[in-house]
Amino acid sequence: MSGLADRPDGALVGVALPHESAARHATGTAIYTDDLAAGRADVLTAWPVQSEHAHALVTLDVAPALDVPGVVRVLTASDVPGENDAGAKHDEPLFPSEAMFHGHALAWVLGETAEAARLGAAAVNVAYEPLPSIVTIGEAIEAGSFQGIAPTVQRGDAASALGSAPHVFEGVCEINGQEHFYLETHASLAHVDPEGQVFVESSTQHPSETQEIVAHVLGVPNHRVTVQSLRLGGGFGGKEMQPHGFAAIAALGATLTGRAVRLRLTRTQDLTMTGKRHPFHAAWRAGFDADGRILALEATLTSDGGWCLDLSEPVLGRALCHVDNAYWIPDIVVHGRIAKTHKTSQTAFRGFGGPQGMFVIEDILGRVAPLLGIDPAVLRERNLYRPGQTTPYGQEVRHAERLHDAWARVRTEGRLDERRTEVEAFNSAHPDVKRGLAITPVKFGISFTFTAYNQAGALVHVYRDGSVLVNHGGTELGQGLHTKMLQVAATALGVRMSAVRLAPTRTDKVPNTSATAASSGADLNGAAVKHACDQIRERLVPVAADLLGVAAEDVRFEGGKVSGPDPDGTSLGFDELVEAAYARRVQLFAAGFYRTEGLGWEPGTMQGTPFKYFAYGVAASEVEVDGFTGATRLRRVDIVHDVGDSLSPIIDLGQVEGGFLQGVGWLVLEELRWDETDGPGRGRLLTQSASTYKLPSLGELPDELNVHFLERATEDGAVYGSKAVGEPPLMLAFSVREAIREAVGAFGPRGHSVELGSPATPEAVFWAVEAARGAGDADRDASAERSDRRAETAAGAPDRLADAGLAAARRSPRAEH
Amino acid sequence: MDDSMVTVNGRSCTLRGVAPHTTALDWLRAQGLTGAKEGCAEGECGACSVLVAMPDGADGTAWTAVNSCLVPAAALDGQEVVTAEGLGAPQSMHPVQAALAAAGGSQCGYCTPGFACSMAAEFYRARRGEADGASEADGASEADGAGAFDVHALAGNLCRCTGYRPIRDAAVGLGTPDADDPLAARRSRPAPETVATRIEADGARFVRPRSLDEAFALIADEPDAAVVAGCTDWGVEVNLRGRRAPLTVAIDRLPELRGFAFGDAGIELGAGLTLAEAERLLEGRVPLLAELFPQFASPLIRNRATLGGNLGTASPIGDAAPALLALEARLVLGSIDGEREVDLAEYFTGYRTTVRGPGELIRSVRIPLPLAALSGFHKVAKRRFDDISSMAAAFALDVGADGVVAAARIGLGGVAATPIRARATEAALVGRRWDGEAVRDAASVLGSEGTPMSDHRASAEYRAIMLQQSLLRLFRAAAHEEVVPA
Repeated sequence: MSGLADRPDGALVGVALPHESAARHATGTAIYTDDLAAGRADVLTAWPVQSEHAHALVTLDVAPALDVPGVVRVLTASDVPGENDAGAKHDEPLFPSEAMFHGHALAWVLGETAEAARLGAAAVNVAYEPLPSIVTIGEAIEAGSFQGIAPTVQRGDAASALGSAPHVFEGVCEINGQEHFYLETHASLAHVDPEGQVFVESSTQHPSETQEIVAHVLGVPNHRVTVQSLRLGGGFGGKEMQPHGFAAIAALGATLTGRAVRLRLTRTQDLTMTGKRHPFHAAWRAGFDADGRILALEATLTSDGGWCLDLSEPVLGRALCHVDNAYWIPDIVVHGRIAKTHKTSQTAFRGFGGPQGMFVIEDILGRVAPLLGIDPAVLRERNLYRPGQTTPYGQEVRHAERLHDAWARVRTEGRLDERRTEVEAFNSAHPDVKRGLAITPVKFGISFTFTAYNQAGALVHVYRDGSVLVNHGGTELGQGLHTKMLQVAATALGVRMSAVRLAPTRTDKVPNTSATAASSGADLNGAAVKHACDQIRERLVPVAADLLGVAAEDVRFEGGKVSGPDPDGTSLGFDELVEAAYARRVQLFAAGFYRTEGLGWEPGTMQGTPFKYFAYGVAASEVEVDGFTGATRLRRVDIVHDVGDSLSPIIDLGQVEGGFLQGVGWLVLEELRWDETDGPGRGRLLTQSASTYKLPSLGELPDELNVHFLERATEDGAVYGSKAVGEPPLMLAFSVREAIREAVGAFGPRGHSVELGSPATPEAVFWAVEAARGAGDADRDASAERSDRRAETAAGAPDRLADAGLAAARRSPRAEH
Repeated sequence: MDDSMVTVNGRSCTLRGVAPHTTALDWLRAQGLTGAKEGCAEGECGACSVLVAMPDGADGTAWTAVNSCLVPAAALDGQEVVTAEGLGAPQSMHPVQAALAAAGGSQCGYCTPGFACSMAAEFYRARRGEADGASEADGASEADGAGAFDVHALAGNLCRCTGYRPIRDAAVGLGTPDADDPLAARRSRPAPETVATRIEADGARFVRPRSLDEAFALIADEPDAAVVAGCTDWGVEVNLRGRRAPLTVAIDRLPELRGFAFGDAGIELGAGLTLAEAERLLEGRVPLLAELFPQFASPLIRNRATLGGNLGTASPIGDAAPALLALEARLVLGSIDGEREVDLAEYFTGYRTTVRGPGELIRSVRIPLPLAALSGFHKVAKRRFDDISSMAAAFALDVGADGVVAAARIGLGGVAATPIRARATEAALVGRRWDGEAVRDAASVLGSEGTPMSDHRASAEYRAIMLQQSLLRLFRAAAHEEVVPA
């Protein structure tokens, strides 16, 4: 074990503590970015002028806005002193002359009140010269509209393996996007202080990059701009790249007017302007042997990147690296490409392409199991990675046995075998309602695939009274990072939790930070905080040894006391030791730094070791499907998830449960719909408010939810033996989609392959039920009257599926020989 | 100069000069009470929830959770409001706040103050723990017993982080208020009187008249006035579509619109009763409405939205209309010139248009008795609770002792420009034996009623098939009840 993973006696990591801000949250006293502006009469409000075309050249006449009472200024391209760009890829004009999507912000109006700014924005005259637009992946593929890199992950010879495989299937799947719907919409508040520092409060997951973008828009060095992230009302990846432009608008407005400027998007603005989880299209061919072992996979994944690159390239890269999910696929070739469409620029979202990659293999296994005549649970278990095997990109699947351990535990503790018998009995007794029970695995790689991001910094101060102030580069989005960092610092210094305070994240405390993303926040910042604390402790040890009269190696720090080998012997308070160290001129603050070792990734060949380790999990879900409407209910969920040795069990449990339900929302409920007609609203987001875009509510919570952490799961490469937990649990939700598939299958004959729309909304499930019933009717060759009626209703279904780009999973002619 | 005041967390605050379009949420935040958050500005997410002291119908006060984003600040004149900050402070949390915090019920914390307020409303609900048919049927309430917490009270609050399990655990683990709990004690005294309000700002007026006649006079003078009750629809127009009115007239507390009578020949429900009040007053005596209420939006909306408002907006997807159509309800329309009664089936004339004249208001809804023996409300939506219907169907059938359908009334929503009666289907059922064959025949007729559209909620084909399914499901449920006595 490395020192990084060792836990001392009396460690405060691993203790179940509530979120450090829980009492403030509950009492409404936790402050978020826009709360700072509430009630301040001196603050101007910025309001966007949004494009009403999906693609058009635009000319602005802002004069009418300036006549609106209370309007102070209209920001346009000519106001930008630096670079007119809001993205890291230099392909995102902050003030565009060409509207690239419906809702694109073309200019921003500053008003004394939100009302004045809104009316001012409505008064701006926009002249449009419409251009042809592409609003679906299908249109982009047809038009050859792509952007960025087109990587391939390859191992072996998939083509020849498919040529000789006993069973070959092919198909297409369409994977829906997802809106982050953080409860707090994007917000920034900027002012220029008397010293000329541009200070921006921003709801951002990536303060350093927000700082860089603000600086390059203003044309000033980074040291002139300070970005603070107090806390976020949710991020989920949606505030990794997207906040930069909004912060830049507020900062530009503040610079030009000398007034503080706030910008907070309304929900509809946020929905229509900011990026989402990438929708994907996948076409695949898969070969299996007689026992259902996967022999080969050929697939092409096309993501819908929207109008500019943003993070589409790394999202696609991670998708390709997760098509295998937890399964050994000996011969494989997966191509990826990014469609360029006239839509919001899709971005990071919890899982970052991983969920879309895994969707493909889980969909394949779910569709082919009935055709192979193999129980889907058996099919999945049979294909799980074994110790010693490697991924398609060449990384060893370390701790693959944990997958099998988690699988066995879910099966036993969830009484899966018994319950499947119960489900079958229920289904044979109920013609109108069916249940399904499915189990699925997760293997998720931890580290930024962009290797440079795998570094972090911290700044820890110990004051003379023994109190400790911790700064680190990560942001608090609700994931409990600050709680974990407090526990890490208290553990490393051997002090009580009450001795440690965490300062809000600021770019002038810790510079050049990475985004709080890729589930890496605790791994990276925790190691940096520990490094800083360890340095201070090392400097305190000789002082303590001298004062206590013990050997340096025998000095113990625990619970705010410093003692020799006998904890009940002579001891000093940590505060006394610190005061003594100060008198001896010992440095009581330290900068901590960490970089993840052991990574080696070749983005060109898509080969190497991009991940420090894998996080594993297994979930079994039972659902009930109403055959009248297609509505589903989640009856019971059992999860075993690998969080290593948990740093903070309440926090980690919250991440597992919350991630899971967010995944359920993506797969069965949340539906982004765009106007794909040729009418005047083409390209407009139709689901642009909370009343049309539906998140899971309390009613979607399963009646029974059992979550356990995998035991004996120390990760020796991470801080105090823990593992990242933010993203992996989201993908446990595939168990729900697959359970729905099983329940739908129970409406039809054995061997019927169920295709499910994405998301599996009640309507999508209903059409799948109709298709299953139709297959049953065809099989039974029932009385003419009934089959006519059913055929009529079922006839709509295949057409609809074809419209949606879902081809039937079928045996290729080769498989018939 | 107006002297409008509101009591917030025990402190008296002036509402002088507040604009009619200013929401209670924005006003509270401008006072420095930033605990309530804007998550959606349309009453969908509950992040803005606060508590208002409302009459409990028995001379006491019910702490009622509402969406402050939909309440005009001016409507709070004379009222008492408690926000999350008023419930407790970090060092002295309220029991619901302490439970949420300890359970891990907050992650990002943005929705938490709103959850705390919705939880507190249920914590203080009188008669909590007594049998509650609707929620028991759904299996979502805890076992009977003192202090049982109905988690449906939280159905209008969204959380994107936690997955709700810790919130549910915190809620069902709550006890009852302490003896010296000041908000519990407040319940035994009457709610604040409704006061007449007249606030003017930026050339726009908000008026709460003293009487219905005064309201009639106001709208006769100014036909462009926005007449509001619960404001759950108008608030959305104001917040999301920038609607502004020179005159806003609030009629929700007028005693003339808040009557309730359950007679031998019929039931009279005042148009100004909120859905929550109507549910409480009816006590399950109209099974069709008892089935409707829990599916109507969310508790936060039902605490404000009125029956009259739901019919007044004439939305084709309002959920009250189909049920009331099946009940053969009639509306009493009043104006400065007197009253008239219209059949609800004759009331809707087109998309969001009705026979209601410029100066007319809905006074009450009349439901004739006796009720049909067999009834059912069937709603299809993407989400189980707090979602807008893709389609809704309400049934009221009389089946004679001979097994023949004597009368059938079916109301539909979401399949035409207005809520409609499914008259062809009714005709197809009447005179037939209530059996599988007749139901299948009638269902195929029902599938062709109306003119369903395809939109982001559902396709036209699905809506049409759901119409058929709703009757098949009613039949299946009725048959099931005969086999298994309740």
